[in-house]
Amino acid sequence: MTDLIADRWLLDRPNSYIGRSVPRPNAPRLAEGRGAFVDDIETGGRTGHAAFVRSPHAHARIGSIDAEAARAAPGVIAVVTGRELAEIHDPWVGVLSHLQGLKSAPQYALPLETATWQGEAVVAVVAESRARAEDAVELVKIDWEVLPAVTDAETALDPATTVIHESLGDNLAWRRNADFGDIEAAYAEADHIVEETYVFARHTGVCVEPRAILADWNPGEGQLTVWHNNQCPHMVQNILATHFRLDEHRVRVIARDVGGSFGIKVHTYADELATVGLSLLLKRPVKFVADRLESFLSDIHARDQRVQGKVAVKDDGTILAFEIDALSGIGPYSMYPRTSGIESNQIVNLTGGPYAFDHYRAQATVVFQNKNMMCQYRAVGHPVKCAVTEGLVDAAARATGMDPAEIRRRNLRADDSYPCKSAQGLPFENLSHQESLAKLLDAMDYDALKAERDALRTEGVYRGIGLASFIEVTNPSAMFYGVGGARISAQDGATMRLDARGNVFVATGATEQGQGMEAVISQVAATAVGVPPERLKIVTGDTEHTPYGGGTWASRAAGIGGEAVAQAGRALRQQILRAAAVMLQEEAENLDIRGGVVVERASGAERIGLDEVGRVCYYRPDTLPDGFQSELVATRHYVPRQYPFAFTNGAQASYLEVDVETGFISLLDHWCIEDCGTVINPQLVDEQIRGGIVQGLGGALWEQCVYDSDGQMLNANMADYLVPMAAELPDMRCGHVVSPTFESDLGAKGVGEAGTCGAPAAVMNALNDALAPFAARLTDMPFTPQKVLRALGKI
Amino acid sequence: MDSTVEIGLRVNGERATRRIEARMNLVDFLREELGLTGSHVGCEHGVCGACTVRVDGRIVRGCLMLAAQADGADVWTIEGLSDTGEIRDLQEAFVERNALQCGYCTPGMLLTLAELRERNPAASRQEIREFISGNYCRCTGYEAIVDAFEMARQRQGGPS
Repeated sequence: MTDLIADRWLLDRPNSYIGRSVPRPNAPRLAEGRGAFVDDIETGGRTGHAAFVRSPHAHARIGSIDAEAARAAPGVIAVVTGRELAEIHDPWVGVLSHLQGLKSAPQYALPLETATWQGEAVVAVVAESRARAEDAVELVKIDWEVLPAVTDAETALDPATTVIHESLGDNLAWRRNADFGDIEAAYAEADHIVEETYVFARHTGVCVEPRAILADWNPGEGQLTVWHNNQCPHMVQNILATHFRLDEHRVRVIARDVGGSFGIKVHTYADELATVGLSLLLKRPVKFVADRLESFLSDIHARDQRVQGKVAVKDDGTILAFEIDALSGIGPYSMYPRTSGIESNQIVNLTGGPYAFDHYRAQATVVFQNKNMMCQYRAVGHPVKCAVTEGLVDAAARATGMDPAEIRRRNLRADDSYPCKSAQGLPFENLSHQESLAKLLDAMDYDALKAERDALRTEGVYRGIGLASFIEVTNPSAMFYGVGGARISAQDGATMRLDARGNVFVATGATEQGQGMEAVISQVAATAVGVPPERLKIVTGDTEHTPYGGGTWASRAAGIGGEAVAQAGRALRQQILRAAAVMLQEEAENLDIRGGVVVERASGAERIGLDEVGRVCYYRPDTLPDGFQSELVATRHYVPRQYPFAFTNGAQASYLEVDVETGFISLLDHWCIEDCGTVINPQLVDEQIRGGIVQGLGGALWEQCVYDSDGQMLNANMADYLVPMAAELPDMRCGHVVSPTFESDLGAKGVGEAGTCGAPAAVMNALNDALAPFAARLTDMPFTPQKVLRALGKI
Repeated sequence: MDSTVEIGLRVNGERATRRIEARMNLVDFLREELGLTGSHVGCEHGVCGACTVRVDGRIVRGCLMLAAQADGADVWTIEGLSDTGEIRDLQEAFVERNALQCGYCTPGMLLTLAELRERNPAASRQEIREFISGNYCRCTGYEAIVDAFEMARQRQGGPS
């Protein structure tokens, strides 16, 4: 299939760095603690430090605000309310036109009348230090009128339930219905119809570096400079300019080192916009760094889905249809600008994705509630749709008495069936479900593992094996957000420049959050031009110095940003060769660049170093013929156009043991076979998969934002909110199938979310396999010991 | 009432004397007073381990110790251990094995591993996992960190 890439100029380059585990250029300084995270940036004595009075209530009207004592407190620079900030900015509404019917209310940097979740920032205090700002926060008195809190998504639409935003009429944010094929006919034809309900708790990203922003408004030059640990500097630039009524070219957003993001740092957070507003009002730098307690209450939450699923299957194991009814509570507003409808939309679009079936019906209901806002977090919707699909496939296997591997073999799309469309009409370009499953079963020695499980069962040891096939959305085109009106770039750009010493600067719109973008960019750039990676300098994360791009989201940076670099690198090589050809009185077509030296293409004989090309072009152009002007800078952009997304696929398996006396689950082994097309850096790809798997395991086993019926989050700290730690995790085995996308010369798809997508499903199926002797079944994540014991009837 | 206190200590081998607020914790002191921003602040309640530093030979959480308690102490941070070369082999293994992604937890993780190899140089994989189980890493899933520790040990002639 690889041969379908029409132009292999890139993949066949001599001395290619593509496919090699090249170390990351930015890793050594991070390993020495010499990073530049936002809170590390040295600021002068004029910098104000912001802290916020946050609503102690889930829903309450803001009465009079008494800030006198706070203003008089030591070190306080200003106390600012929502009404004061509203003078200088315009509110935003988190809707997209292609999510038809999605509604939300205008949101301000600080609310004007009503606080709508516990932890919402309401009043800002700026002081000479964060500690002094926090002292003064304690002194602000707000006259709260507590309102009934809407907390249960199941009753949010009941007539008796309080409506959070009266202007919207009800608490329904969005409903989508989808109907493909003829599901009633499928039900009539089926031998078995199995129904099951799956629950996915709210959880959150817990980036170890909290959200942070340092805003510096310089009224003298009308310039706003913002250091911000976000994934999309150009998106933020646009949002700040739009909502603070500034010229976009006078807003500079710098995202240097980012301490993990996973989708958490890709949204418009009101407290961050408030910080920008404070800098504008006070005409001085203002910094806000969320503390961990604030992070739990204000970083977006995700998942929180209840999905009723149905599968129709024939006695021979043929799956005819899937049906889902999904309900999600997203908090009081739809997040801007990506909206809080996308997770549900993905579930509708992607359920059943790996399988060949024709009939599908879905309903997704998204309601407002008085809890922290929900939005896109790593593998948006994927862990949900995958667990629902794979749970139903296992249910179909039980109903038909088939082995879980066998029913998958029978129903997974054939590897020679591409291109084709999903039941929902989404186009698949080039996938490998059958080969991936075969490789997975081989890697785990499926039959031997089953025999081991069965033997141990007779000794009272309960182990289970769980399988999960999946698809993942990567390399999104403008169909993802742009078409709905969001100013989020789907294209990405790269600018490359040869300097006078023969080194190459590469500026890219893609951004680095630790996933290894700088390494991937350097490998593609080095290969495309023909220089060793150590002769490259990679520049990312600065709207003033990088071409316009989308940054990092939806597993796009390598596939889209990387392709732009490939094209810019090829253009720069051709420009360098034109100059070299003039110097050498040779035809450019007869030359190439290898190892940083211009060589004869045919023989590889060295002709002239890039340092010499640079020296002559920049310092001695007088020695070149009249009429020849060297151009040693190239910019190229890339966006996928043929396919709305480059789907990837893979299969995961979990092997675990359940202690039926304590309910504790021990993870024994985990496998993932993944197909992300061209593998640019094998080690980085595998580490994306491993890190992603562990985030999926967190949601399956430990992580949950626990709320009470008044909308108070009860475990908003790291002691009570359980994240995966080293001791309870297994080693994970990764393998690959390579089915490149033919849209780009690089052929790379994304890989950042595959692990998170499939892991919860694999664990759920393994858990239920382990519990099979007890007729106990769990579909309500996270699978805590308490739930296991309850399912076993022990408590 | 005077809420400040004067402290004197050694940090990375250099003497430092400052008058500070008594409530200032050690990691804020290192970051804000001395500009040693390699020690990171992740949770400020002693769970995540990003602020791990070495005080008088043992690792502590920089957010759970007041700077005033470090008066007279000998403190080492990631910057100091990098400069002396004490953990260079671990750092090289981290880079080579990609045992860091965003790099925010990495300084604390490295200080913890430096202590592990003093206390239990032949630690098994599970013992390594347990020793770093007070250091939260959201990116890697920890496996590469365990691998890197073993890789560095093997290069020093220890067990693989």
